[in-house]
Amino acid sequence: MAALFDYSAQLLEGAGLTLELAFTSLCFGLLLGLAGAAAKMSALPWLRQAAYLVSNILRGIPEFLILLICYFGLSNLINTHFAGTLSLSPFAGGVVALALVFGAYASEVFRGAFLAVPKGQLEAARSYGLSRGQIFWCVQLPQAWRICLPSLNNMWQNLLKDTSLVSIVGLEDMLRKASIAAQFTKQPFVFYAAVAVVYLLLLAVSNPAFAYFEKRANRGYASPA
Amino acid sequence: MDQLASLLSLSWPALLDGLWISLQLLLFSCVLGFALAVPLAVARTSPRRWIALPCRLFMSAFRGTPLLVQIFILYYGLAQFEWVRDSVLWLLLDDAFSCALLALTLNLAAYMAEDIRGGILGVPAGEKEAATAFGMSRLMVTWYIVVPRAIGIVAPTLGNEIVLQLKSTALASTITVLDLTGVARRLSIEAYTTDALLLAGLLYIVIAAVLSLLIKYGEARLNLHQPH
Repeated sequence: MAALFDYSAQLLEGAGLTLELAFTSLCFGLLLGLAGAAAKMSALPWLRQAAYLVSNILRGIPEFLILLICYFGLSNLINTHFAGTLSLSPFAGGVVALALVFGAYASEVFRGAFLAVPKGQLEAARSYGLSRGQIFWCVQLPQAWRICLPSLNNMWQNLLKDTSLVSIVGLEDMLRKASIAAQFTKQPFVFYAAVAVVYLLLLAVSNPAFAYFEKRANRGYASPA
Repeated sequence: MDQLASLLSLSWPALLDGLWISLQLLLFSCVLGFALAVPLAVARTSPRRWIALPCRLFMSAFRGTPLLVQIFILYYGLAQFEWVRDSVLWLLLDDAFSCALLALTLNLAAYMAEDIRGGILGVPAGEKEAATAFGMSRLMVTWYIVVPRAIGIVAPTLGNEIVLQLKSTALASTITVLDLTGVARRLSIEAYTTDALLLAGLLYIVIAAVLSLLIKYGEARLNLHQPH
């Protein structure tokens, strides 16, 4: 246990990187999800079909394999086609992979949420003379946001847990730091258990956060009870 | 595409071996996980707190931490203790395959138990009352009425968990199990390309599609008595 104390600074640093990775992937993942949902609802058949194909492929492959493909594949791609000797950092590879996976699931959730906004609202907004941008930001998005929040909570928790995969390609996240410490101190159980506890805490914190968002998003609605 | 085809013709025996290991992991973890999840869900909904609480803790712990961390704790972590290495448990933990299988099973059991718990709560009270009125004991009501109904209610969710579990089996490769991902990793390192990884991804998609079809068929059979 004393060893845990010696390495606590290292572990905290790793936890910071884990959170950084999770939030960066969340931002890009949300954007990808919105773009994917827009493509799935597009009037162009080929765009719709392409969006469904990509999101189905991404949801059918293990996240770990996607990470390996992104990390090693993107480096290879850059080096062979652009004649560079650039190597992709594990962080960038991780963000690309995690954001792609998150976006694939989010696009389906967003699509459902946007379709669930009553049509009359759009017609009313249009007849008031609101522009398309105003309709999107002031009418559609707040209501879709309310509908998809519970699913977003789930996806966020999965994303946070999936960040641990990046330790395999060498990013010094919490799990990797723990592995290193475990090798030096010969106390693997202590360090891996500590990582598990930190993940439990991080996820426990995100539940009240989402409960707050949901309460805020639902303030115009009668409570279901 | 040509590269992928030539890779397939060269290394299909290895990939097939890996695929077989992945499918074994999937099948065994699903059967064992489900068998564990049903009693776990029943115990979790028990009105007695000393039965419900440990189940709740088990489920939160396994649902709230990454599977990779669980695998590492079981495979590397527990080896720290001498009494574990001297116990019978070591037969299970020393071998990478059985250790990965254990982690996958416990993980899936926690997720499935949570689903089944939702189903148990969703069984109409009238059905339980009717069974009690017929003179069934509490054990009989649980075993013959509540559990089958709950499983029928959550069958689509359980089917989803099975498809997701296929993706989880890929993590077995992190502790040297040569499953489909493990073989693909080895091939891609040998050849300095990602072709093998792409090929493995393709195989996963095909299996996931076949699994979904099988599960849809199974669900239709399971809920035959329900009107459509």
